[in-house]
Amino acid sequence: MKSSVITFPGSNCDRDIDVALKKFGFNNKMVWHGDIELPKSDLVVLPGGFSYGDYLRCGSMASKSKIMQSVINFAKSGGLVMGICNGFQILVETGLVPGVLLRNKYLEFICKNVFVKLDNKENAYFKNLNKDVLELHIAHNEGNYFCTKDQLKEINDNNQIAIYYCNIEGKIEDQYNPNGSIKNIAGIFNKEKNVLGMMPHPERMIDQSLSGEDGSIFFKNLLNNIK
Amino acid sequence: MKVSAIITLKKDVLDPQGKVIHQALDGMGFENINEVRQGKYFEIDVDENDPSKAKAVVEEMCKKLLANLVIENFKIIETQ
Amino acid sequence: MIEVSEQIAIDHGLKSDEYKKICKLLKRTPNITELGIFSAMWNEHCSYKSSRLHLKKLPTKGKKVIQGPGENAGVIDIEDGDAIVFKIESHNHPSFIEPYQGAATGVGGIMRDVFTMGARPIANLNSIHFGSPQHKKTKNLLRGVVHGIGGYGNCMGVPTIAGQTSFDSSYNGNILVNAMTLGLVKKNKIFYSKATGLNKPVIYVGSKTGRDGIHGASMASASFDEKIEEKKPTVQVGDPFTEKLLLEACLELMAGDSIIAIQDMGAAGLTSSSIEMASKGNLGIEIDLNRVPCRETKMTPYEIMLSESQERMLIVLENGKEETAKKIFDKWNLDFAVIGKTTNSKNIELFFNQEQVAKIPVNILVENSPMYDRKWKKSKLPKKNKIKNEVLNKLKIKDVLKKILSNQNICSKEWIWQQYDHTVMGDTIQKPGGDSGVVRVHGTNKAVAASVDSSAVYCWAHPLTGGKQVVAESWRNLISVGATPIAITNCLNFGSPEKEDNMGEFVECVQGIGEASKYLNFPVVSGNVSFYNQTKEVGIKPTPSIGGVGLIKDCKNMISMDLKEVDNLVLIIGKTEGHIDQSLFARTILDEKNGPPPEVNLFNEKNNGESILNLIDKGYVKSAHDISLGGLLVAISQMCIKGNKGIKINKLKNLINEIEYFFAEDQGRYLIEVNKKDLKEVTKILNKNSVHHEELGIITQNDMIINEKTKVTIDELRSYYTNWLSKYMS
Repeated sequence: MKSSVITFPGSNCDRDIDVALKKFGFNNKMVWHGDIELPKSDLVVLPGGFSYGDYLRCGSMASKSKIMQSVINFAKSGGLVMGICNGFQILVETGLVPGVLLRNKYLEFICKNVFVKLDNKENAYFKNLNKDVLELHIAHNEGNYFCTKDQLKEINDNNQIAIYYCNIEGKIEDQYNPNGSIKNIAGIFNKEKNVLGMMPHPERMIDQSLSGEDGSIFFKNLLNNIK
Repeated sequence: MKVSAIITLKKDVLDPQGKVIHQALDGMGFENINEVRQGKYFEIDVDENDPSKAKAVVEEMCKKLLANLVIENFKIIETQ
Repeated sequence: MIEVSEQIAIDHGLKSDEYKKICKLLKRTPNITELGIFSAMWNEHCSYKSSRLHLKKLPTKGKKVIQGPGENAGVIDIEDGDAIVFKIESHNHPSFIEPYQGAATGVGGIMRDVFTMGARPIANLNSIHFGSPQHKKTKNLLRGVVHGIGGYGNCMGVPTIAGQTSFDSSYNGNILVNAMTLGLVKKNKIFYSKATGLNKPVIYVGSKTGRDGIHGASMASASFDEKIEEKKPTVQVGDPFTEKLLLEACLELMAGDSIIAIQDMGAAGLTSSSIEMASKGNLGIEIDLNRVPCRETKMTPYEIMLSESQERMLIVLENGKEETAKKIFDKWNLDFAVIGKTTNSKNIELFFNQEQVAKIPVNILVENSPMYDRKWKKSKLPKKNKIKNEVLNKLKIKDVLKKILSNQNICSKEWIWQQYDHTVMGDTIQKPGGDSGVVRVHGTNKAVAASVDSSAVYCWAHPLTGGKQVVAESWRNLISVGATPIAITNCLNFGSPEKEDNMGEFVECVQGIGEASKYLNFPVVSGNVSFYNQTKEVGIKPTPSIGGVGLIKDCKNMISMDLKEVDNLVLIIGKTEGHIDQSLFARTILDEKNGPPPEVNLFNEKNNGESILNLIDKGYVKSAHDISLGGLLVAISQMCIKGNKGIKINKLKNLINEIEYFFAEDQGRYLIEVNKKDLKEVTKILNKNSVHHEELGIITQNDMIINEKTKVTIDELRSYYTNWLSKYMS
């Protein structure tokens, strides 16, 4: 299975996601933001980091870079595009997924493990996953998901919410919301469910000696779904 | 009464954001840009009817909190 | 142009006799640009004029040392062709003036020091010290510094894996911000700052030069006075995004063979970087200042030479490699300019608008820089306090434990380190909050441990002992995670060297550091001195920060402090004598600030530490933690909280008072968890090595049972330990 990871100036989780994809059997290529053509891929990942220093608005300038037109076309033709953390912020800026990511409610960068509840398994990302709650890791300053009431209704009607912040048992409550996201939303799909944006980093949870191993479950499953 | 304040970086202070925004605009084909500097804008509704007093209050706010006088300047731009 | 006079020299921070020396060496009066260069090179920060004499005595060599002090950072061998580049540096004065930018540029500066040598930064650490929590500035300074450190390190994508935070009223007017970075490099791809060869192009890369921080290095060498407001415009603004690009561009260029020498522009910018490269290569250097990329219009040669704009590097390239290099910097959208060349004149020669604006022999600036043997006062070991048993017996252990665990200098610093990305790069195997942070060497099974420590109170009470103690504590923190200690870096934060008391503290702390690092074979490979941490007449408590680095050959042998399994035993390694003077207990509970710090027995430190490593190697140690600030009961509480387990503490066999036993800060001690079945073998090894040990108790499901009358639940312990800082900051 072929994957592509886009490196923007200021991306800093591009190596981490490359390591993770390769570890679980993807044939991954790194793609420079200034390139025009996307190599043939089954999956495109926009990695975490601080593209363009997070200046102006997180993800805003990266969303305008040359390669993004190809990524948008790829997504619109049904290709799988996953944005993690800053990648999610870039996706939001392209309009591929609805909403915006505001500064965390307590105005501080947060780096810690969180639990997320999967809401929708009818998609290439979570189909056949044998767990409903995953322990993942967040590290962000702007992860406070927000959208208008109308958008929220549409998102709900279309089952676009991918993951919610919750506790270990899967309870979705305000106290488990690390950043003030509306409805505890941690990740969201486009209408067609081929584009996924999420704040947590599965690539930081891929072996026992790191923060945990639920990322491994996610990637193994993803590969099987794409095969 | 509403008073507005604009906070900008002092002239000689590096503006990393402005610089990168400038480069991005260049890349998108906006030519003829000499420089981009960015800043913050505040609209403050002060419970005060005398414009000069309202401005003075906002000026005080700028000095004490809104602006970091080590690197930033402020300008009270309008009252209404 | 300004006419240079003695008064102008004094305004530049030079002393009258230093100015006379300049005129004599030049055989003329310097012009203003030259004076600026002298003042930057001869201030305390760049010249180490008060400290050089004493720093020479530190042990800097060892089997594992590839590069000691004198380069951008120290380098040690971690086998298999890999090396670790590391250094700690202060950014105290700028952080007090503008905490966010001051701390951010401190972190940026130390990372540049490391990647200048060809190493990719793999971990950041920091040691930060603030005034009393009640002081009106403390909260904002703390918030600003933490945001600044996070803002820069997070954006760079380098994990911040450990740190230290303390509060003491002696830092009310002078906070300390010490930043440390570790980088990974192949042994055969290390880059140095020594220029070689004639007519080689001198290249400027990175950000443009602005009027930032002009005379920042001089500021770092002046104590604060009432006029502090006037010094404000010299603060630099950091741009971590540009630095991230600079890092990637430099590493890309370093992969080839274009670079002869490279030096970052830190304190005193273009001045110190160009002079350093020329001096090390025994060459001259010629620079055309019109070619330096400038951000502002009408910058003068003086301003260009003294600007401390961040994120810039100076490189001496091989001839003909300019195009290759330029392509890389263009790709990363960074400025690139050929600004000069190396010469055989042994002078630094500057041109501006086709005119020569400065010409100074390099050796005058470097070798002839002043060196002082400052007067210093030897300190006496204070007399021991006699604490009456009646006083101690009146205290309830639980109350004391609560107060100490929630003390600002003990309590959990999670509020701080949660704001630092500590997991990016995917190799952090021990997070902040442990004895050391640990990162895997990417793609291998080995790991590097690092810790940063300081004990200002001990150093203040008796500098010689304090100096030894900090090194020993660093060593213990590495041992406690299963790492073999290799070398240290030091950041020496002191008051004014012109005061005999402060200078005495410096001299004796350095002596203590030297003795301990020599004995423990734990050499000093890099460091920095920060004097004049002084407001009016009052200096800070002497605060040497020691950053220690060690190697774990197999990640599987890494140890953490959380208790692992019920029914396992906890052993105390090292003898508890009951030394209470200068302990946190004495200061917070008894309000007693006098007396000597605990004695440091280097033989025991070495023997105990090596014996524990031996036990770890054999797989006997399940968890470990060194006993330091706060004493035994604090250490075991932390192990209980982290492991979410309890302990039933044995009835004391020791004859000393219970309070003394639990809260004394005797050195050379650890707690280790072992399985019952291994006890016999463990005891045999410890006895064979003559290591003092005793059984503290047995691990239980929950509750810490201290004696028949005192029980504390783990939740209680956790609430004492975790709440103070977040409450204080909210």
